[in-house]
Amino acid sequence: MSTNAVKPEQAGAGSHQVLTFVLGNETYGVDILRVQEIRGWSAVTKIPHAPSHVLGVLNLRGSIVPIVDLRMRFALDRAEYTAITVIIVVSVLSAAGRRDFGVVVDGVSDVVDVNTAEVKPAPELGSRAATDYIRGLVSVSDRMVVLLDIDRLIATDMTSFAGNSSQGEPSLVAGAAA
Amino acid sequence: MTIDLTQFHDAFFEESFEALDSMEAALLKLDIGAPEPELINTIFRVAHSIKGGSATFGFSDIASFTHSCETLLDELRSGGMQVSLEISDLLLKTVDVMRAMLRSTQSKQPINMQKVSDVQFDVEMMIAQKNNAPAKPAAAPVKAAPAAVPAPAAPAPAAAASPATATSASTAPPRWEISFRPYRELFARGNDPLRMMRELAELGELTVNVDLGALPGFAQLDAQSCYLAWKLELAGDVSEDAIKQVFEWAEGDCDLELRRVGVETAPAVAAEPVVVETEPAPSQAALADAILSGTAPAIEEPKSEPAAPVATAPTLTAVKDTKPDASIGAVGDSGSIRVSVEKIDELMNTVGELVITQAMLSQLGAALEGGNAEKLRAGLAQLERNTRELQESVMRVRMLPISFVFSRFPRMVRDIAQRLGKQIDLKLTGEQTELDKTVLEKIGDPLVHLVRNSIDHGIEMPDVRVAAGKDAVGTVHLDACHRGGNIAVEVSDDGGGLDKDRILAKARQRGLVGPNDILTDDQIHDLIFLPGFSTAEKTTDLSGRGVGMDVVRRNVKELGGKIELRSEQGKGSRFIITLPLTLAIVDGQSVAVGTETYIIPLISIVESMRLKETSISRLSGHNEVFSFRGDYLPIIRLHELFGVEPRARALHEGLVVIAEGDGRRVGLFVDDLLGQQQVVIKSLEVNYGHVEGVSGATILGDGSVALILDVTGIIHAASMRAAA
Repeated sequence: MSTNAVKPEQAGAGSHQVLTFVLGNETYGVDILRVQEIRGWSAVTKIPHAPSHVLGVLNLRGSIVPIVDLRMRFALDRAEYTAITVIIVVSVLSAAGRRDFGVVVDGVSDVVDVNTAEVKPAPELGSRAATDYIRGLVSVSDRMVVLLDIDRLIATDMTSFAGNSSQGEPSLVAGAAA
Repeated sequence: MTIDLTQFHDAFFEESFEALDSMEAALLKLDIGAPEPELINTIFRVAHSIKGGSATFGFSDIASFTHSCETLLDELRSGGMQVSLEISDLLLKTVDVMRAMLRSTQSKQPINMQKVSDVQFDVEMMIAQKNNAPAKPAAAPVKAAPAAVPAPAAPAPAAAASPATATSASTAPPRWEISFRPYRELFARGNDPLRMMRELAELGELTVNVDLGALPGFAQLDAQSCYLAWKLELAGDVSEDAIKQVFEWAEGDCDLELRRVGVETAPAVAAEPVVVETEPAPSQAALADAILSGTAPAIEEPKSEPAAPVATAPTLTAVKDTKPDASIGAVGDSGSIRVSVEKIDELMNTVGELVITQAMLSQLGAALEGGNAEKLRAGLAQLERNTRELQESVMRVRMLPISFVFSRFPRMVRDIAQRLGKQIDLKLTGEQTELDKTVLEKIGDPLVHLVRNSIDHGIEMPDVRVAAGKDAVGTVHLDACHRGGNIAVEVSDDGGGLDKDRILAKARQRGLVGPNDILTDDQIHDLIFLPGFSTAEKTTDLSGRGVGMDVVRRNVKELGGKIELRSEQGKGSRFIITLPLTLAIVDGQSVAVGTETYIIPLISIVESMRLKETSISRLSGHNEVFSFRGDYLPIIRLHELFGVEPRARALHEGLVVIAEGDGRRVGLFVDDLLGQQQVVIKSLEVNYGHVEGVSGATILGDGSVALILDVTGIIHAASMRAAA
């Protein structure tokens, strides 16, 4: 639909599988290989001074996993957390190694094959941050799927709220002691 | 088929490092003059197995070096050389060199060959000195018995044959016929027939006939026994005394007959007999050469073939006999397997999950009614016991005896004491006390520092000690024991103790203490933990630079422990470190703030109390303080700091937990106390990051997560807030 005048992003061969999920009216997709598991909502433990979209931490089979609300991350209206709210646990690769993260989404849709050649770059919207974590757009049965670059999405978060690096958006830095 | 040997490298390195540790321990135990054979065997085996391993893996530098060590050790083992201070020092150096070489090889760094060849040269010099001075009786006892036997024995048949035919012609002046029939135990008494014959050959021309009559079959051959007898003919005008002198040391160990024979039947003593006599020598000389050059490839191999049963026999029996005494054995064998810490952590996680699942089932079971409910509950109770036991066993897997840390001290103390000219006796007790591997790894450095301090500052020079009416030999005592849920490690010495006046003077001089302040002993002792504080008049390379005690205290704190100091001037000082048994578990007090549960480590809690609104004072309008045992402590409201909605806002509705961190006390205001429990510490930083005031998280019985508070961090965060 809105993919006018764009070149193929890169001549990457073959296809890969993507897990798609719904957030409001949009469909997003993440690389299936990054998905650890999908689980239902359960109450989280709040972390002091965390940015508002980091809801807290959960116990995932013995390890402590932070939970990010993607609605809040994308500045959408906040939804109620109910028994059918879904958490997708993804692993993120960063300079510091592998980290596991849970993202809260409205619902999981499907696993689809995406032909790499069909992935279109996101249109420039002027705001760098907004498209930074979008790897591209792809049409799946007439619906636009926003492919997320989960590493970048979380990496910007990590540098901001973990306070272990000076780069990142200072606006997200939790006012630890101020 | 080729096998990729690199897959075994790690195991080889690990084993070698451990073996070197036990070699070092054994060396330090070695008594000069009267070494215990088992210790020497232990040392020898280490060198031998490292040599074998490194040769297998193609680390030729290490193999060559360890070969030299092995040669020297073989001399010690066989009694060819006596253990002297010099030799044990040298061997300790070789341990360092081997360790360095292995480390370099392991990290694929080039080996520092300069150092290696220096020490290797020293080792070879030591061996060479011994070999070159055979005439000196002191250096000449038992020439490596196992090595010596095959040498004369092997060429013996040839030797026997040729002189027999060669000694017929005759035109020589007077000669001696010597019948030399040594007893079996000749070698054990330190005599070497070969050496005697060499000396005889120097007196005149010598003809040797060997009598193999008593030689048993190869299988019955005892390497340590002498089965041979000789008929010697010595041509020349030699005095009887000169000959007797040669056999002087063998007197009583042999039947010796000397007969002077007239001129008439003197046999020709040509080149052959000499050749015969020297027949065994080449192998000996070649061996010596090989030893000197540090490589003993071709020459040693054929020699070792007939010698094989001989040479390995003692080693084998030694291994079999090894009922090692505790400390050496603990590091060495004992049926253990290597498991990576990662696997154990996985196991711990799984068990943790099991505990939570079990707790959940118990809750369900308790609510159940009807037919089989009672049976189910009995089963669940059993399950609970089993899971608890399982959890404890898994925890114990991570525990190691503290001897792993203590074992480095004998060497260190010896070295430092030698350097400083002090006499120090190191006492180690409680070495079998077990604690978590991570704690163990981190406690090493602080302990090293304390022990160094004790030696450098604590123990006085021998003359000072004697003048003070003490034993010239100072004692440094390291002790470990379990105390409650903690482990206490003590470093004490019977040295001079802390000089309180000097510390106080120094502190005043540096403006740390006001000129008129009166300090208690404890407060004065506390001063030495301040950064940059040192009373040493001159800095040595050991201590006195003022970095140290503060680092020690910080390290101990990081481990969740504390350090105390007791000192009595003139009598010594005692550092007591209290540590949690493990970093994986903490004894915690659960507190409630709003809907959240936090865990405060018990070690940082002083006490908890309910405050009346009236006992609060406000500084500059806002900062709340209250009086506690004569001090005014600030109140930190956790709900404010962590931004949660509390149930209690008025101070009398909630509770104040008085907690201590970094030497400061504060009152933490919480809604309620929930209970005390041991919690398993999980990292927040693995998936998230560091949070100010939080040291980690744990999973509660219902599967939810609770944050573990870091009191020092909270105090820090609160003071930042106050300052802002």
